[in-house]
Amino acid sequence: MSTDAREARRAEMNLGKDATNARDMMAQNSQSPQTPFQKILLDPSKMLMVIFLLSELSFFGALITTYLYYQAGGIKGPNAKEALNFGQTAIFTAFLLGSSGTIFLADRALVKRNRRALVFWLVVTAVMGLIFIVGQGIEYSTLINDNITMSRNLFGTTFFTLTGFHGMHVIAGLLALSIMALLAALGDFDSGHSSALTAVSWYWHFVDVVWVILFTMIYVIPTFFG
Amino acid sequence: MSDIPLVPEPVKPLPFLSEKEGLLSWVATVDHKLLGILYILTSVFFLLVGGIEALFMRIQLGTPQNTFLSPTAYNQLFTMHGTTMIFLAVMPVLIGFGVYFLPLQIGARDMAFPRLNSMSYWLFLFGGLLLYYSFVSGSAPQGGWFNYPTLSEKPYETGLGSDYWALGLAVTGIGSVAGGINFIVTALTLRAPGMRLTQMPMFSWTVFINGFLLIGALPFLNAALAMLLADRQLGAHFFRVQGGGDSTLYQHIFWAFGHPEVYIMVLPAFGMLSEVIPVFSRKPLFGYSFVAGSTVAILFLSFGVYAHHMFTADLGPVWNFFFGAASALIAVPTGVKIFTWIATMWGGKIRFTTSMMFATSFLILFTIGGITGVTFAIVPIDWQTHNSYYVVAHMHYVLFGGTAMAVYAGTYYWFPKMTGRMLSEKWGKWHFWLTFIGFNATFFIQHILGIIGMPRRVYTYPDLAGWGIMNLISTIGAFLLAFSVLVFLINVVISLIKGERASDNPWDAWTLEWATTSPPPIHNFDQLPPIKGRRPLWDLKYPNDQDWMRKENDPMKNGEKRRSSEE
Repeated sequence: MSTDAREARRAEMNLGKDATNARDMMAQNSQSPQTPFQKILLDPSKMLMVIFLLSELSFFGALITTYLYYQAGGIKGPNAKEALNFGQTAIFTAFLLGSSGTIFLADRALVKRNRRALVFWLVVTAVMGLIFIVGQGIEYSTLINDNITMSRNLFGTTFFTLTGFHGMHVIAGLLALSIMALLAALGDFDSGHSSALTAVSWYWHFVDVVWVILFTMIYVIPTFFG
Repeated sequence: MSDIPLVPEPVKPLPFLSEKEGLLSWVATVDHKLLGILYILTSVFFLLVGGIEALFMRIQLGTPQNTFLSPTAYNQLFTMHGTTMIFLAVMPVLIGFGVYFLPLQIGARDMAFPRLNSMSYWLFLFGGLLLYYSFVSGSAPQGGWFNYPTLSEKPYETGLGSDYWALGLAVTGIGSVAGGINFIVTALTLRAPGMRLTQMPMFSWTVFINGFLLIGALPFLNAALAMLLADRQLGAHFFRVQGGGDSTLYQHIFWAFGHPEVYIMVLPAFGMLSEVIPVFSRKPLFGYSFVAGSTVAILFLSFGVYAHHMFTADLGPVWNFFFGAASALIAVPTGVKIFTWIATMWGGKIRFTTSMMFATSFLILFTIGGITGVTFAIVPIDWQTHNSYYVVAHMHYVLFGGTAMAVYAGTYYWFPKMTGRMLSEKWGKWHFWLTFIGFNATFFIQHILGIIGMPRRVYTYPDLAGWGIMNLISTIGAFLLAFSVLVFLINVVISLIKGERASDNPWDAWTLEWATTSPPPIHNFDQLPPIKGRRPLWDLKYPNDQDWMRKENDPMKNGEKRRSSEE
C-alpha cells in the first residue's frame, strides 16, 4: 500500500478525530506548562491504558489473594519449594526484566525519530519476551512430566492459573509489540510521537511488574525463606 | 401537552438512518447513538425473555404443591431469570443510555473510542447468546444467579450449564470493562470547551462514576469465573472441598464484584432521576455537589460492604460487625440523594407527565427497598430473613421499583430526543398505573411471605394457612406487570408510527442534548451554546438571569427568585 493510500485510509477510519476537537482546544487554551498528570489527561490512548491496567490490577489481585490464601492454609502434596527450579526460571526472568529496558530504549528512539533504532529495539523486546514464554513452556512441560498438573493439588491449581494468566498477558504483549514493530518499519511513527506506542510500552512494563510480584511470591520466598 | 410547539412532518423520518441505509449500517456502525439504541433494544429483548421465565415461575408458585414445572426446570428458570435480568437487561440498558447520552450531554461528537464502543456492544450480545446456548446444549445452569460452588461444581452439576454461564458472563464482562473505560475517558477528555467536571449534567456524572465501578468490580467476577471454569474443565481444586479447596472463597470473590454490581445497576438510574425531577419541577437540582459527592462516596463504600451477602456463611462476629456497620453506613449517601430529590420537588412547579410519575414512584418504591435493605445490616435479622422471600421482595423493590421505574422515567423523557416523536401520554398513564399496581401486587406481599418463613428458590411449598392465597395474589400481580410491559411496547410502536412530532427541546430542559435536533444528526451538534454553568440552555434563554452570574449555584438562596422569573 502506498503512503498516500495509507494516509487516506487512516483519515477515513479516524472517526473519533472530530471528537477530539474539544480536547485540542483545551490543550491550546492552557498556557501553563503541563504537569505529567495533565499530559495523561489530555491523551485518551494513554488514559485508556492506565485505566485498563487498573482493572487488570483487580483481576490479578483476586488471583494473587487466592494463591496466598491457600498457601497460608497449608497445602498437601508438592509445593513451590519441591516442585520448581529456581535457577532456570531466574534466567528467563532476567530476559523479561531486561525487555523492560529495551522497550525504554525503543521509546527513546521514537523521540529521536530514529526509525531503524526504533524497529530494532522493538524486535529485541519481542524476542526477549518470546524467550521468556519459551522458558515458561519448558517449565510447564517439566512439571507435567513430574505429574504436577492443575488437578494434582492446590499448588498446581493456583500455580498454573496464576502463571498461566500472566503468560497469556505476555503473549498478548508480544502480538502488540509485533504490530508496533511492523508499523514502525512502515514509517507510522516517524513523527516522533505515538500514543499507541507509549501505551503498549506501559502495558509491557505492567506485565513485568506483575511478574516481579509473582516471581518473588512463588519462587524467591519459598526458595530462600520457605 | 399544549405547550409543545408544533413541528412539521419531515420528508424523511429518522434522518440519521439515511446516512447509510440498511441493516449493514446498524451492524457496522461505530456511532454512539446507533450503538446506544442497539444496547437498549437488545436489553428489551432480554427483558422479555427474562420476564417470560419469571411468569413460568409464578405459574408454578400460584398454588401449593403445583406440578406445572419439575424441580430441575424451576432451578434452571430462576437461575436464568436472575442472570438475564441483571447482566442482559438492567446493566446493558443503563450502559445503552449512557452511551447515547453521555457524549450528547457533554457536547461531544462521539465516545472517546467509537470502535471500542462497538466491540463492547457485540461482546454483550454474543455473551448473552452464549449463555442462552446452554438451553440448546441440553441443560441450562441451575445454581442461581451467583452460582455458588459446590452447587455449580462437577459432581453436582454434570451438564454444561455452568460452563456456558461462566463463558457467557466472562464475554459480556469484558465488554462491560471496555465500556467502563470508554465512559471514564470520554467524560474526562471530551467535554465541550468551557464545561468543567463540576458542571457536567448529573446523569453524565453517574455514568462517569459507574465507569470506575465497572472497571473495579467486573475483573473480580472474571477471576471467579476463570477459577470456576478451571475447576469444572481442568480438574482444578479452587472451590472443591474434596481437593482442599474452599467454597467460601468463591463467595468472597463473587460478592466483591456482586455488591459494587448492585450500584452499577442503580447509579445511572439515580442520574436519570436527577435529570427528570429538576426539569419537571422547574427548579435546578437541589444540592448538586451533594448528589455528586454522595455518588463518589457510594463508589468507595460499595467495595467495603460486600460480605453482608454472606452473614449466613458463618464468618464470625468481627466480620459480621464490620460489614454490618459498613452496610448501615452506605445507606447514608443513598438517603442524601432521596432528600435532595425531594428538596428539588419542594416548592417546585411540578408537571406530572408520565416521566415524572415514574420518577415520583421511584422515590416511594426505592425508599421501601432501601429500608428493607438496612434491616439486613442488622445481622440477626439477616439470619432470619436471608433465604426467604423477604430478600426477593427487597431486591425487586430496589431493582424494579428503583432502577426499572427510573429507566421508564428516562425513556419517556428522552424518547423524543432519540426518535423525534413523543411517546403517547395517554398510553403512558395506563402504562404507569398498570406497572405501579402490578409491581406492588407482585412483590409487596412477598415481604410478608418471607417473614412468615417461605424459603426462596424452592420450586413449591406446603399448603399452609394463607400461603396459597398470598402466592396467588403475587402471581396475578406478575401477569398484570407483564401486561404493563405489553402496553409500553404498544405505546412505543404506535408513537413511532404516528406519535406527535417532538421539537428540539419539548420539555424545556436545560442540558446540552436538548440543544441539537431530535433526533440528533450524525455529527451531534452544528454549534454548541456557550457553556458557563450547569444549565447552558437556561443561560441561553434567560441572558439576564444566568446561573454563573450568581456567586453560587445555590437553589437554597435563589430558588424562589428563580421560579418567579420563569413561566
